[in-house]
Amino acid sequence: MTMTQIERDGRGAAAVPILRLVGRAVARAAVAVALPAAAVAIALACGAVLLALNGFDGADVVNVMILGVFQDFRSVTEILLKAVPLILIGAGLCVAFRCNMWNIGAEGQLYAGAVSATLIGISFEGLSPWLYVPAVLVAGALGGAIWGGIAGFLKVRFQASEIVTTIMLNYIALIGTSWLVTGPMRDARAAYPQSARLFREAWVPDLIAGTRLHIGILVAVALALVLYVFLYRSSAGYAVRVVGINPHAARYAGMNAGRNMMAAMCISGGMAGLAGAFEVAGVTHRLYQNISPGYGFEGIAVALLAGNNPLGAILSGGLFAVLRSGSELMQITSQVPQVLVSIIQGIVILSVVAFAAIRIWPRRRS
Amino acid sequence: MSERPFLRMDNIHKSFGEIIVSAGVTLEVEEGEIHSLLGENGAGKSVLMSILCGILSPNSGQIIYKGRPLNIGSPREAIRHRIGMVHQHFMLVPNLTVAENYVLGQGSPLRLIHDMEKVHARIRELSDRYGLGVRPDAVIEDLSVGEQQRVEILKVLYHGTDLLILDEPTAVLTPQETDRLLDLMRGLVKDGKTVIFISHKLDEVMRVSDRISVMRDCRVVHTTRVADTDPRELARLMVGRDVLMELPRAPADPGDVVLSVEGLSCRNDLGLPALRDIGLQVRRGEIVGVAGVSGNGQTELALAIAGLLPIDSGRLALNGRDITGLSPAEINARAFAHIPEDRHKMGILMPLSLAENAILERYDQPPFAARGMLQRRRIAAHTRDLIARFRIKTPDEEERIANLSGGNQQKLVVARELARDPDFILVSQLTRGIDIGAIEFILQEMLKQRDAGRAILLISTELEELFAICDRILVMFHGQILGEVPADRSRLEEVGLLMAGQKAGHVAQEA
Repeated sequence: MTMTQIERDGRGAAAVPILRLVGRAVARAAVAVALPAAAVAIALACGAVLLALNGFDGADVVNVMILGVFQDFRSVTEILLKAVPLILIGAGLCVAFRCNMWNIGAEGQLYAGAVSATLIGISFEGLSPWLYVPAVLVAGALGGAIWGGIAGFLKVRFQASEIVTTIMLNYIALIGTSWLVTGPMRDARAAYPQSARLFREAWVPDLIAGTRLHIGILVAVALALVLYVFLYRSSAGYAVRVVGINPHAARYAGMNAGRNMMAAMCISGGMAGLAGAFEVAGVTHRLYQNISPGYGFEGIAVALLAGNNPLGAILSGGLFAVLRSGSELMQITSQVPQVLVSIIQGIVILSVVAFAAIRIWPRRRS
Repeated sequence: MSERPFLRMDNIHKSFGEIIVSAGVTLEVEEGEIHSLLGENGAGKSVLMSILCGILSPNSGQIIYKGRPLNIGSPREAIRHRIGMVHQHFMLVPNLTVAENYVLGQGSPLRLIHDMEKVHARIRELSDRYGLGVRPDAVIEDLSVGEQQRVEILKVLYHGTDLLILDEPTAVLTPQETDRLLDLMRGLVKDGKTVIFISHKLDEVMRVSDRISVMRDCRVVHTTRVADTDPRELARLMVGRDVLMELPRAPADPGDVVLSVEGLSCRNDLGLPALRDIGLQVRRGEIVGVAGVSGNGQTELALAIAGLLPIDSGRLALNGRDITGLSPAEINARAFAHIPEDRHKMGILMPLSLAENAILERYDQPPFAARGMLQRRRIAAHTRDLIARFRIKTPDEEERIANLSGGNQQKLVVARELARDPDFILVSQLTRGIDIGAIEFILQEMLKQRDAGRAILLISTELEELFAICDRILVMFHGQILGEVPADRSRLEEVGLLMAGQKAGHVAQEA
């Protein structure tokens, strides 16, 4: 140990600092890309073996899941559409995880946001879209922030494990939403349990005409950038990270740990709530029982794969969107039964998260 | 010394990197005696015993046990050689019963079923024989600390032992429980066992031992029959007279009172009284030392002054203004700097860079923050300045602090705190776990701060460090300040006696 220290000290100080910095950045980037790529490759290989063992063509897995989803422009926009909630949630969770708050409740926060956005979106006819769309999105973010904030409050005030409370709040939000769309908010004319349609002025504008892709993708990428700047360039973000690394040091430094934990929960909850608002105001235009196919849980994997860095969440959110599109496509086009597709998808997520853990493990010693 | 000792540890050396923890220790223990190992914290007592029972392996040296060389690589082998150790921190699973704890890890790992009836019967038999009052079906977490300790001792007896090592067993006990433990030790010896008793409490050692070995600076400096010695001599041996560092310094010229503490009492995190009616003052231009065996309230004193531990009563003032009950942030803002006891726990953020560590308390203040954003260029320049002034060995300010040596990490903490231009500097364990070079540099720096008119309170268990730079030394014992001694090396012995709770030649009565 001491030997290496001396060696480093001897060379390091005099050596060209710029080369060092560049070298370090390249090494970091290489690791950041190589690990997920290896994870996906291994998972797909497992999937191919699984298919072959069950009498299907193993190559299908690559053909459909990777190449198939990029076959035309429309499928690419569908991938980006799925990336919107994944990037939003993943980037938000990076902030929570950096603060050592294990928010497992993004799914519930997404529903809380979707309900709030719907309530606003069906209530004010004739409002200017310039006002209405932002109002709906802000309402969604607020709903999610409050839902996350509840778990934060319980943690700060009563030391209740946020892992437990956020999971419980998921159930409340999901079942609460079911109750709303089958009861008080149900559209009486519809055969299905669903809310009334949002007023057209509240719809999030499309980014590309003729596709379902809306401007949410731009907002998601922009907010991920904002959260990166917040975490790594702002004083408040510094405090959030310090509290997450070492609460004793945070107290010593005069930081209010509870306030930072609340902030982390509200930010991650708000991002998930915003994702919910984009789903109802940008895609479905109504509130349904199963508005999310599990984006909130997948967002956890997105954040972990990103190494809890919001910039990385843009890439890993995109990757998970490709995988999700791929497995949907597989169900539609190939003869492979849905359970097998789900298994392959599960293997991919497991493998990706396991590889992420390899990278995070040594850092979390202190 | 006998020709064929029961146990002989011969010239044992052990070091971790540059840090020597056992510097050629030689120790002889005779069969059927209570042999005390006496010494201050860090004198190498626990390390020596860890080597004896296979937790650490020595770099060199030989152990002869029962006439044969002993070479063990694990605690499990130690048990096979009938050597048992009761650690300072109990090794019990809190939610299991006594009997379940005893069978843990016993026999083949494939053997899942134990005859618990037999285990219970044997525990009852042993407990009765030594009067331990241990119930085999009691759940550990329901037991008091004293009871848990008896469970630990019985565990060693249960596994079969000829040599029992007790590592600071009385540190956690009440006086009554201590009496009971000392009786038990005598009973064990009567039963043919040999006991090694580690302690830094002079009175207990005098009461129970047959022979005493005093350790200092990772060596055994003296072994004696208890009849041939007295507490005064033992204290002198414990504290030592070696002068390691002689830093040139002018006599202090104390000015106005900067920190004043009156009637301070508080509890530790277990809710037990930790400080009782502490009063002290630190003046501009002086370094006041607080000596004491660790665990006598020094940690709590530092935390209470820094606003990190709520106090029961008392008043704290800085520069004449009341700071009692203020938050750490408010205290930090009043020209108060704090070099904490445990830098890994409190002082630094291991995964972050030096630059990010250099702004810990000032992350939201100019010049390091403007309009809520970190001013990275200024932070980098500031950190480079600290690195240069304190000669911190690092490739650059972006290096992760975890990659630096302990001495360089501590230099950054000291540099960061001094850069805040404080009037008062609270320092705990300034040089713990760092190399000699860094120690000297940091001590010199503290003297410069003193001469620049700053008030410094240095809390330390290292007497060498205290005598090297302090102007006067307060000695803490059982949460109180037992006395004040000028920091003159000729008064070393006096400090040692006060540390052991002896005031003016009398044994202080435990409250």
